[in-house]
Amino acid sequence: MSFLEVEHIRKSFGKTEVLKDISFSLEKGEVLSIIGSSGSGKTTLLRCLVFLHMADEGVIRINDDVIFDAKDPSTTKESELREKRLNFGMVFQSFNLFPQYTALENVTLAVKLHAKEREDYEKYKANIDEVIDAEGKDLLCRMGLEDRMDNYPSQLSGGQQQRVAIARALAMKPRILFFDEPTSALDPELTFEVLRVLRQLADQHMTMAIVTHEIDFARNVSDKVIFMDQGVIAEYGTPEEVIDNPQNERTKAFLANVAR
Amino acid sequence: MDLIMQQFPVVIHSLNIGFLQTLKLFVVTLLGAIPLGLLIAFGSMSHFKPLSYFFKLLVWIIRGTPLMIQLLIIFYFPGLVLHHNIWGGSEAGRFAAASLSFILNYACYFSEIYRGGIQGVPEGQREAGMVLGMTKMQIFTHITLLQMVKRIVPPMSNEIITLVKDTSLARIIALQEIIWAGQAFMKGSQGISGAIWPLFFTAFYYLIANGLLTIAFSHLEAKLEYIK
Ligand SMILES: Nc1ncnc2c1ncn2[C@@H]1O[C@H](COP(=O)(O)OP(=O)(O)O)[C@@H](O)[C@H]1O
Ligand SMILES: [Mg+2]
Repeated sequence: MSFLEVEHIRKSFGKTEVLKDISFSLEKGEVLSIIGSSGSGKTTLLRCLVFLHMADEGVIRINDDVIFDAKDPSTTKESELREKRLNFGMVFQSFNLFPQYTALENVTLAVKLHAKEREDYEKYKANIDEVIDAEGKDLLCRMGLEDRMDNYPSQLSGGQQQRVAIARALAMKPRILFFDEPTSALDPELTFEVLRVLRQLADQHMTMAIVTHEIDFARNVSDKVIFMDQGVIAEYGTPEEVIDNPQNERTKAFLANVAR
Repeated sequence: MDLIMQQFPVVIHSLNIGFLQTLKLFVVTLLGAIPLGLLIAFGSMSHFKPLSYFFKLLVWIIRGTPLMIQLLIIFYFPGLVLHHNIWGGSEAGRFAAASLSFILNYACYFSEIYRGGIQGVPEGQREAGMVLGMTKMQIFTHITLLQMVKRIVPPMSNEIITLVKDTSLARIIALQEIIWAGQAFMKGSQGISGAIWPLFFTAFYYLIANGLLTIAFSHLEAKLEYIK
């Protein structure tokens, strides 16, 4: 039994089958990198895992609990999925920060809304909000943004915005954090500040799956690497296996083509 | 000129009363059409097809016909069918009929603006809310709404300035708004007749009202400037 188990996920858009029988597992504290050429289905896979898309087939388990089974309608209702999404955090390529909120408000908004569902919220309101703000500030400090908390997203650089987005995802205390090309929208000189944060999270044994084109980063930080090709996992293993000694011809071709 | 100076106090008093009615219709229309427009926008975006077709048809009809005809139909049609005038013969009845027509008409125009505003908010905003475990309602009120407001302020301010002027259409059902009040001095009222200047003078009222609105909207736009 693994921490996260993904079994036989399939997803089609109309007649196009984008994910064809994807299975993999992730242990607690592991970092998984997902590489592969554009259009191979990496984004679709992450979106299925956080239920932004509904997989047509397949099962997702955390700690042996079935949280999604395409065959079991009781697990695929939107009301059910909302709670289950809280197992996961997601960081998007384009940050998707809320422009009307400051960095700190971006981080605390969902946490505060979620706290309202607690039974003791009315009683301890002031206290709870104070704790949430403190935690939010702490997260932003860990991201190196202590002097940017009250800035609006439009006043931040891309790298800073992405770090706010990471803090926002962490604030919900997800068990697993997904990243979809977190540095692809950044100028090259800003990617390192985001990669540094990712490395720091890996050192703290945050369980993560990262779609990335940063092959050196994938080699240095991940425990496992998946190479996706045309909707299937073409190669899966340690960075040494997949990146340094690829067996599959398509993996070799892909790695030869990406800038190292 | 002396004559005008003589007539001035009487005329201004009348015009003020008329303008009050104009403003009342303006405010009531906004209070009704702003929320109703949102309802129509949601209805026409519904995934439930019959509902969305119904609202789209309604919007198409209202936008495809003159407001003046809508006023006439809403005021006279019930009377033709039921053989008695549901609005009564009073100014209050005419005001109610005018309000209903204006609210319906403007709600349909607003709904199209809202729809554009909502659809203009990037999908990624909604998705970011979803993966943070927010409900659809929370996503709308805490994320989409303000971004939509920012987007719709310029087109809404155009519509609202048009509304100030459109209220004059209500005189077709004899609502005693400012143009009606000005016109009265042509036919003869309070010892003044054949005077056209009061009608011309109403233009100042509209200009002042719209001037204030323009200033208010540019303040609002500036206030929302930080949302990018
Ligand atoms: N919502 C969608 N509707 C239709 N086709 C889609 C949709 N999302 C992705 N696809 C298609 O699925 C394939 C995989 O896309 P994606 O998962 O974004 O790949 P990657 O992230 O690896 O570049 C592409 O061919 C893309 O055009
Ligand atoms: Mg992608």
